[in-house]
Amino acid sequence: MAQTISVNGAPHSVPDDPRVTLLDFLRQDVGLTGTKKGCDHGQCGACTVIVNGVRINSCLTLAAMHDGDEVTTIEGLGTPDEPSALQKAFVEHDGYQCGYCTPGQICSATAMLTEIANGWPSDASETLEGAVEISGEEIRERMSGNLCRCGAYANIVAAIRDVAEQSA
Amino acid sequence: MRPFSYTRARTLTDASQTVSDDRAMAIAGGTNLLDLMKLQVETPSQLADINRVGFAEIEDTDDGGLSIGALATNTETAVHPRVRADYPVLSRAILAGATQQLRNKATNGGNLCQRTRCYYFTNIDQPCNKREPGSGCGAIDGIAKLHAILGTSDQCIATYPGDMAVALSALDAQVQIATSDGGSRTVPVRDFHCLPGDTPWRENVLEPGEIITAITLPAPVGGTQLYRKVRERSSYAFALVSVAAIVELEDGRFSRADLAFGGVAHKPWHDPRVADALIGKAPSPELFDRAADILLEDAQGFGENDFKIPLARRTLHAVLEQAVEEAS
Repeated sequence: MAQTISVNGAPHSVPDDPRVTLLDFLRQDVGLTGTKKGCDHGQCGACTVIVNGVRINSCLTLAAMHDGDEVTTIEGLGTPDEPSALQKAFVEHDGYQCGYCTPGQICSATAMLTEIANGWPSDASETLEGAVEISGEEIRERMSGNLCRCGAYANIVAAIRDVAEQSA
Repeated sequence: MRPFSYTRARTLTDASQTVSDDRAMAIAGGTNLLDLMKLQVETPSQLADINRVGFAEIEDTDDGGLSIGALATNTETAVHPRVRADYPVLSRAILAGATQQLRNKATNGGNLCQRTRCYYFTNIDQPCNKREPGSGCGAIDGIAKLHAILGTSDQCIATYPGDMAVALSALDAQVQIATSDGGSRTVPVRDFHCLPGDTPWRENVLEPGEIITAITLPAPVGGTQLYRKVRERSSYAFALVSVAAIVELEDGRFSRADLAFGGVAHKPWHDPRVADALIGKAPSPELFDRAADILLEDAQGFGENDFKIPLARRTLHAVLEQAVEEAS
């Protein structure tokens, strides 16, 4: 039985070598290089993708473990002609300098908006119950798995906050 | 990564048979294991993927407690309505650890089995009795800022790095284990992790072929539940010292003081003498000092981590003060 992983809606065969991470599969087998390899150890978040609706580090999981899963990468969120709300906000707020962390930041923030809509608390939340109050502190805590070596954090938070407040 | 063969286990029995071979390992979330395989700290010849064998449910137990599946993710556990309502110390501890991306993938069973973050353990060019028995301990006279102050040995001073298990220790949770002969056994979280002693490579009581299936929590214990974690930055850092506390007062005196400490030992540290010192007494700074004296009676620093001894004392004070304020 052929094993496939759905990437942005299109099926792709699971690689033969079990050592291939989901990150290397996306970049080398599927040819989608928007997802970036930063540290390759789950520390920087540049490789963040959304699997079955949930954000994960694609460098710390094997492609072979994702047979039948649905993966969304930055290429699946929007296009230059039709950017997603977050992609637009990152441009408007100048939420990057070199841009290397940006796909991971945007995939991460996209899933984060769903987590907030679901009422999931964070370490920065005053209480574990009720609606999440959108604040700089909440966004910074929830985005702590995405590093930006250029230090564009202030504008990244502003971009995310803009979209979070619109969708709240 | 060194080459390995990969199989997806269909059932727990499949997986158990595979991992009975000491060169084989089970993989669940993989966030710690794959990291260590890339560093060649772990070099299994075979991985049994246990993600699709079940055991991911979070469900009520007959005695009013909660069973959290070994393969439920840390996120699913932290946001579960009953965990948030009845075991807030557990939600708080999980949310204080790692990042959202890692918590979304990491499982509860894997979290209990995660390895130390000692720099000597994770660097194969350094001596480490845990990774390579008999090679020595680089940390004892080396870089030891993250290291243990309680329960150390002359072989190893590494810490258990997790947060979740510290809360589970305060809650006196039980680890449910499937044994290799198809049976099962239960081990209290407080007894699940080992002290290093002369066998620092042995981090927990799992025998070859055994797999964690669930963690069971007792019926809700109430009280004021807090998790206080002191670290070098406010997010995504391991604990220097952490305290999980479940505290209750009656008529101005402690009637419950279940405390467990993270970042100080090779296991979540629970010393029943601390509760004994507090229960029946009215809160005061002097009382908190006495509790800290007992906790830290045998504490030993290794230079760089000497600060943890006063830090543990202050963190104990701070968490008790906050608990008393919230409970009153």
